[in-house]
Amino acid sequence: MSLRLDPRPEAPLWLQVATPLMAVGATMIAGAVLFALMGHDPLAAIRMIFWDPLFGQAAAYSRPQLLVKAGPLILIACGLALGFRAGIWNIGAEGQYIIGGMCGAAVALAAYPAPGLWIFPAMVLAGAAGGWAWGMIPAMLRNLFGASEILVSLMLVYVAQKLAAWAAFGPLKNPEGFGMPGSRNLQQYSAAANPELIAGTGVHWGVVAAAVAVLASWVLIARHIRGFHIRAAGLAPRAARFAGVSPGVLVAFCLGLSGALAGMAGLFEVAGPAGQITDSFGSGYGFTAIIVAFLGRLHPLGILLAGLLLALTYIGGELAQMMLQLPAATVQVFQGMLLFFLLGFDTLTRFRIRWGARA
Amino acid sequence: MIDATTFLLLLSAATPILLAALGEMIVERAGVLNLGVEGLMITGALAGFAGAHATGSPATGFLTAAVAGAALAMLFAGLTQYLMTNQVATGLALTLFGLGLTAMFGRPYEGVKAPQMPGGPLGVNPVIWLGLLLVPLIWLFLNRTRAGLILRGVGENHDAAHALGYKVRAIRVAAISTGGALAGLGGAYVSLATVLQWTEGMTAGAGWIALAIVVFAGWNPWGVLAGAWLFGGVTVLQLRLQAAGSAVPIHILSMAPYVATILVLVLISARQKYARSGGAGGPGSLGKPFHAIR
Repeated sequence: MSLRLDPRPEAPLWLQVATPLMAVGATMIAGAVLFALMGHDPLAAIRMIFWDPLFGQAAAYSRPQLLVKAGPLILIACGLALGFRAGIWNIGAEGQYIIGGMCGAAVALAAYPAPGLWIFPAMVLAGAAGGWAWGMIPAMLRNLFGASEILVSLMLVYVAQKLAAWAAFGPLKNPEGFGMPGSRNLQQYSAAANPELIAGTGVHWGVVAAAVAVLASWVLIARHIRGFHIRAAGLAPRAARFAGVSPGVLVAFCLGLSGALAGMAGLFEVAGPAGQITDSFGSGYGFTAIIVAFLGRLHPLGILLAGLLLALTYIGGELAQMMLQLPAATVQVFQGMLLFFLLGFDTLTRFRIRWGARA
Repeated sequence: MIDATTFLLLLSAATPILLAALGEMIVERAGVLNLGVEGLMITGALAGFAGAHATGSPATGFLTAAVAGAALAMLFAGLTQYLMTNQVATGLALTLFGLGLTAMFGRPYEGVKAPQMPGGPLGVNPVIWLGLLLVPLIWLFLNRTRAGLILRGVGENHDAAHALGYKVRAIRVAAISTGGALAGLGGAYVSLATVLQWTEGMTAGAGWIALAIVVFAGWNPWGVLAGAWLFGGVTVLQLRLQAAGSAVPIHILSMAPYVATILVLVLISARQKYARSGGAGGPGSLGKPFHAIR
């Protein structure tokens, strides 16, 4: 008698919905064990991360943070999911996010202190263009020379981080900053700021953009011919090629679009919650968005929910850091475990598990 | 210009990449793409540091790092070989998990000094010697032994190897754990011999560079050595320019290893793409899941 995996032609819908939930549950259990090993009350810690940010004593402060953190995650993940569906692996969204933020901030700093309604839209365009360009580097190198987009986009994250540090110490440095590294604070420059639109909700323009991205990518993947090509290329690359889908065009489209979305996320962050370009502007959203895309099963609606859940772990992690003196990296560990469990449970959707002797 | 000290610095800068890339090359020759090298290296860096700090012996530290690297790699092996998960996604998860876990458990070691490494033959760190020695040994193993032939067979065509009765999964699991151990050693070299302390995320992309060097090397140990030295050379040159007070800002100079990796990757991919024979390129079954029906 042994365990046997039989491939399924198609997974039932309930299983597709259930496996991410099972992964979340398993992550909570594993997290509780980890906390117990570290000498904390496991139930209190889990409660603090997943419950208190929404319903605890400080919820009035932390609830708006949910949308602030979920906005960039969802915006980036929507773009990444398109590529992942087609087997195009942009794992350098973090770099595109940094470059987008820098380009958008550069426009604002060049215009400073002029007023004008054109400034913020110009920044959004610059942010999207910067992210797009940074995403097109791996796309072009793959199309022209066959270089792996995984490695090139990832290497470009490190290059972008160094560029941001250089800009924070050099060209974008605040001339009135008393020699401190970092740009001017855009929150204090009203023409360029990305403020909270509805008081007490955390909604800023980036959250609006994330909502638009969810709807638009849903339409694209379900109704548009390009979305059909993406799905075809992911499921049956050879068949797609015979049907006239150009792999090069698809690579450029997916990397360019996901880069532009990540760049916009960076811009909304620098003009809003972050406020300025510093040498540590990259905050890991680009990597967490990869988990969001997988947890959401690469589907826009799933990404929306997954983005909210991972935003919750960020806020809960900060709370646990403050109240229980847990290290900041606790959230990262949770996110890594979540992805592991997700991939493991996903086996259930792709295979039927049978006990029995080999046929 | 290249004196003995500079050459030694180059060797030292190349060693972590050399060890990790040799390990990943074995894994890829068995047909598995493990993108978790960065996570394995950072785990090795912390485990090695903790082991050496607890016992006062760097040798124990390196041993701990190898065991920790192999253990974490087994997680990847279990998921990809038995639960048939996507290798790209699982490798990414391994990296994210490794970075998080080490940041969490590494906090007590921040600001602690590493124990002194003993000098090896000719005053060169023994781990540098180990890396150099492994290059011909792995070449011999892959090209002159029966076990090496079987490993390559599994990587080139897992269905054929399976039909011949070889245990594809078991061989791949063995290769993955070996790769994990070598990546762990590489990481420990960073914390115990180069930086001499533990800091969060200290491997700074070395694992990803190692992955690129395997491609550059054309899946050949001597190529891996050349790639690692090229990387070491760029790193030392960049540091020398910083020390000499170059007009180029340090942040721009420190991009050099990453930009060089991209350039090298592009050059080698282009050569493989436009090669007339078309013989170059990775192992035939690289990255493809193996599912035995019969």
